[in-house]
Amino acid sequence: MPRYFTQDHEWIEVDGDTGTVGITDYAQGQLGDITFVELPETGTAVKKGDAPCVVDSVKAASDVYAPVSGTVTDANSALADEPELVNSDPENGGWLFRLTLSDATELDGLMDKAAYDAYVAGL
Amino acid sequence: MSEADDQTEDQPIETLTLPLDAWHREKGGRMVEFAGYWMPVQYEGIMAEHLWTRESAGLFDVSHMGQLFISGEGVEAALEAVLPIDLSTLKPFGPRYSMLLDEQGGILDDLMVTRWSSGFYLVVNGATKWDDIAHLREHLPDEITLTHLDESALLALQGPKAFAALERVVSGEYPLSALTFMKGGQFKLAGADAWISRSGYTGEDGFEISIPAENAAEIADLLCAQPEVKPIGLGARDSLRLEAGLPLYGHDLSPDHSPVDADLLFAVNKRRRSEGGFIGAERVLRDLADGTPQVRVGLALDGRQAAREGAEVYAGSDKVGVLTSGGFSPTLGHPIAMAYVNRAQAAAGTALEIDVRGKRLAATVVPMPFVPHRYHR
Repeated sequence: MPRYFTQDHEWIEVDGDTGTVGITDYAQGQLGDITFVELPETGTAVKKGDAPCVVDSVKAASDVYAPVSGTVTDANSALADEPELVNSDPENGGWLFRLTLSDATELDGLMDKAAYDAYVAGL
Repeated sequence: MSEADDQTEDQPIETLTLPLDAWHREKGGRMVEFAGYWMPVQYEGIMAEHLWTRESAGLFDVSHMGQLFISGEGVEAALEAVLPIDLSTLKPFGPRYSMLLDEQGGILDDLMVTRWSSGFYLVVNGATKWDDIAHLREHLPDEITLTHLDESALLALQGPKAFAALERVVSGEYPLSALTFMKGGQFKLAGADAWISRSGYTGEDGFEISIPAENAAEIADLLCAQPEVKPIGLGARDSLRLEAGLPLYGHDLSPDHSPVDADLLFAVNKRRRSEGGFIGAERVLRDLADGTPQVRVGLALDGRQAAREGAEVYAGSDKVGVLTSGGFSPTLGHPIAMAYVNRAQAAAGTALEIDVRGKRLAATVVPMPFVPHRYHR
C-alpha cells in the first residue's frame, strides 16, 4: 500500500479510499517522551491542514495535521493506556487515526518515502 | 506536526555559547536557545534523565546563571536596602533564598545569597541577569563593588547518589560530609578551586559547584566518569523543579506577583516584615496585612493529559485562576501544575477544572512539593 509523507512529519498510508495517519520516526524523536495523545472522534470531518489530533510530550503539546481531507473513521485506542507506542513504533503500532479520503488528488502534493528521507536529511 | 507551546525566551541578537558548549554536543546534547545561550534540552530523553536524577545522580550545566560578587564598605546595609533578607541572621557560607523586588513589590528575580569572607556571592537567573546587574548598580551606593563572575562556570550535581559520587573526587580542608543542606565551602576538584554548596533545584540532595570556566570540561568529565552520574538537560531540570514545587522565574514569578501571592513569604525574613526598609516593602507589607486576591498553589490533574502555562482554571463557570507552569510528572505518572487561583479556591482538596483547548480537565488543589523533598539536613 502506498505511503505518503508531509513536510510536517505526518505519514499517511492509503488503502482504497481509507488513509491511516501517524507521525514519523523523526517526529517522535524530536518530540521526546510522549505522555498523552488527544485523538479525534469518529465522524469528525477534517480538512487538509486541520489539526484533529494533539500529541503531548513531557516538553510540549504538538498539533498533528491531517495530510488530506476526509472523515475520521477510527482512532488508535491502544494509545490511551500506552501513548509511548508513538515513540517505540511510530510508523506502525503507534498510528493515530484513520479517515475516509474525500479528495484523493490531495495525495499528489505529498512526498514518497525517498523524497521524505531526503527532506529529513536536509534538516 | 508543530510544537504549539514550546518554551521561548527573549532572544538577544546573537545566541551565545557557554564554556561547556562543545562538551554538551560531544555528549549528544540537543542544543536549544535558552536565556540567550545554546543549552542542552536533553541527551537521551527527558523522562529517562528525570528518573535517573531521582534514583541516582544527574549533572546539570547551569553556567547561564549569573554569578555576582558584591563587596565594599557598608555592603550589608546596602544589600538589605535591595533585598528583603535579614543578613544579621545569615551565617557565613550558607546560601539563602531571596528576591529582587521593584518599587511596587513585584518580583524582578529570585536568587541565592551567600556570605563569603569579604562580601556576598549571589546567583541569579540567566535570562534576567543583565537586568539584575543594571538594577543593582542603580540602587547600590558607589562605594559598593559589583563583580560579574563571568569567567566562572556553574554545575549542579543532584540526586540521592550525588554525595557518593562527589565525595570520591573532591578534596578540601574538611570532608564533604561537613556540608548539610544549605551549607557551603571551598573545595578542590581536578586541581581547581571549587565553591560547593549543598543545594539545588530538584528537591533531591545535591550540590551546586562554581568552578573556573577553563576547568569546566575537565570537571564535568570527572563527575560523569563516576558510575552514578549522567548529564541531564534543561527539560528534566524543568520537570524536576516542578515536582519539587519550586517556582521558575519568568513563568511562576514575575513583576505581576509579590512574595505574598507567590507564597514565598519565607524569603521576606521576619525582621524585615516588621521593619521594612527594602525596595518594594510598602506593597509587600500591605499585602501581608490585607492579603492578596490570589495565591500560587499546586494542582494535580486527573488522567494523563497535561495542561500548560496560560491555561485557565475554573470553578464551575467562574474563571478563578491561570496556570503558570504545568506538565506531566514522570515520578507520579500524572500531570501537575502551578497556578495562581482566588483565595476562596486555594485550599488543599478544592476540586477545580482546567480549560485545555476547549476541554475541561479535572484537577485538585494539592500541597507542594508534589514529590517530597529529600534534602540532607
